[in-house]
Amino acid sequence: MSEPQLKIYLGYAAGVGKTYRMLEEAQAMRQKGADIVIGYFEPHGRKETIAKTEGLELIPRRVAAYGGTNFEEMDTEAILRRKPAVALVDEFAHTNVPGSKNLKRWQDVQELLAAGIDVLTTMNVQHLESLNDQVWHVTGVRVRETVPDWVVDEAAEIVLVDLTPRALRNRIERGVVYAPEKAKRAMENFFAEANLGALREMAMRHTAHEVEERLAVPEPARASTRHERILICLTSRPSSANLIRRGKRVADYLQADCLALHVCIPSERDPETVERHLSFARNLRIQTHTMKAEDIPRAITEFARAEKVTQIFMGRGLPRPVWKRFSESVVQQVVRLARDMQITIVAERRR
Amino acid sequence: MFDEGRRRKERGQDVVIVATQRDVTPDVAEIVSGIEVIPLVDGAIDLVALFRRHPEVCLIDELANDNPPGSRNRQRWQDLQELLDRGISVITAVNLQHIREQQDAVEHVTGKRAPQSVPEEFLKEADEIEVVDAPPEILLDRTGNSRIPDARQLAELRELALLLAADVVDSQLQTYLDSHGVAARWGAQERILVCLTPHSNAAEMLRSGYRNALRFHGALLAACVEQENLRPKDREKLEQHLARARELGAEVHCLKGADFVETLLDFAREQRITQLFLGHTGSEQRFAFQRSPVDRLIEAAEDFDLRLFPHQGDQ
Repeated sequence: MSEPQLKIYLGYAAGVGKTYRMLEEAQAMRQKGADIVIGYFEPHGRKETIAKTEGLELIPRRVAAYGGTNFEEMDTEAILRRKPAVALVDEFAHTNVPGSKNLKRWQDVQELLAAGIDVLTTMNVQHLESLNDQVWHVTGVRVRETVPDWVVDEAAEIVLVDLTPRALRNRIERGVVYAPEKAKRAMENFFAEANLGALREMAMRHTAHEVEERLAVPEPARASTRHERILICLTSRPSSANLIRRGKRVADYLQADCLALHVCIPSERDPETVERHLSFARNLRIQTHTMKAEDIPRAITEFARAEKVTQIFMGRGLPRPVWKRFSESVVQQVVRLARDMQITIVAERRR
Repeated sequence: MFDEGRRRKERGQDVVIVATQRDVTPDVAEIVSGIEVIPLVDGAIDLVALFRRHPEVCLIDELANDNPPGSRNRQRWQDLQELLDRGISVITAVNLQHIREQQDAVEHVTGKRAPQSVPEEFLKEADEIEVVDAPPEILLDRTGNSRIPDARQLAELRELALLLAADVVDSQLQTYLDSHGVAARWGAQERILVCLTPHSNAAEMLRSGYRNALRFHGALLAACVEQENLRPKDREKLEQHLARARELGAEVHCLKGADFVETLLDFAREQRITQLFLGHTGSEQRFAFQRSPVDRLIEAAEDFDLRLFPHQGDQ
């Protein structure tokens, strides 16, 4: 038997027709006799989409009480018991209500795949972890629900669901996507034409990237191409999250190893934040290291040499007051000490 | 395409069908049967009939077709241009292999070249472009077993089509931003600028820039800031670096400006650069109160990553 397969319908905004495309394929599979069920479906009151579910078996949602309110979630256990050949799961990036077995729906999907069930699912490009900062920079919206890139990379197939921004805005105006009062706000913010254009371009480029990854083209054989090892230097600063995503994205694209290091001085003020950053890095499958040292720049440089790192990623650090500019910052010291290495100082993208 | 025609007709638009493929699938045939058809004459669009009928929207398949000899226009896309000029909207469809500027790349993948073509400019001038994306398995199903295309070739063509669409969307987005007076922002595409000086390890920097641009499907630019009184030997080295950059397909710029850092920063902002490649500072000991160009760039670089490269012999 072949590996269970995950197929993702990728869009760039709500309303482009991801769920519709997924249901269309499900209907075609059903006609060919596939044992297929709807594991989770978000109708959003869209008539044409709801009509497409006709004849498909629906696994009822489970009701979860939280904070005095009832929430409906996918009933993963029930799907596992039913054990179809294929399950449809809408909204891959969804966060489950607290108290659920898994924090995220993509983790539920992993369980289905592990049980040998093929899964069709939907998501938008802005939910990809590695694009989080870029999306924020372009649209001003910080997307909270994210899916780690490795989960998407492991999918058997990514299909782009495309619609022109104008057509999408027309659909929103006609009230197909949102209720009227929400539609008006949406059009002025996230759904502004320039935002949609940029997100759409990201979705196209990302799908092209995923197609290329699946071609598994070996790197152009060139003896001089060194194997890259990227080291991300973490601190307790909030921008470390941006640094991790950026470093990981470059590492993924260059098919390089990726490590993260935190050097803590004895007077570290915020160990919890550092731990959160380290655990975020581990979630993205980055190998993490911590060490204690007084001289941070020297410790980073020595670690990088010992680990045969080819590229160091660092944040820019806080803007320094003029009177402090006579002494060197950590970044400047590393730049001076590691003249034999590539050093990337990551921008703190601001809006 | 025909599905969109059907939906527009349902919403009350005046839609006609002008050209379909010779063999259509049953679902397309069903849509076609419900919409008025203005038939082709000897395989060419009947422009006179269409001008007289003057519908709101035309559905025209097979954009890349050639017209028979003696027609008013040699190619179908030129007919479409006339319809558009007369205020008739057109929805049409075209395959990657028929885009003139993409035909070398397609031939490289498939070994074949389609005889008919449409200029890429025609696509870029479209009001809207939409990608019809499908993984190869679906295509294999639909074409049946008569000729089984190579799945790998299909995937490569699919990637090319997605990237072409992304480029068209990018240029349309720029036009939109320019016409609305919105300043360019850090966009969806990686743009890499390699800054070259006589002492740069240009080979390594350009190789890395080229590889990054290739992997990210981004743009590669190279620039130098012109310096007077450059020693002839150094000028020659710099010229060699720039020539190498051109060989790799980089867009090369020679910048003029009194201050190296300011000149570079202005150019990087104007070009929406996301990664700037630069050599480490020269090895001579500097005074503590002198900030090197690298120090100043680290402080000023807000919108792009700054990557420093070892000089030749330093690594």
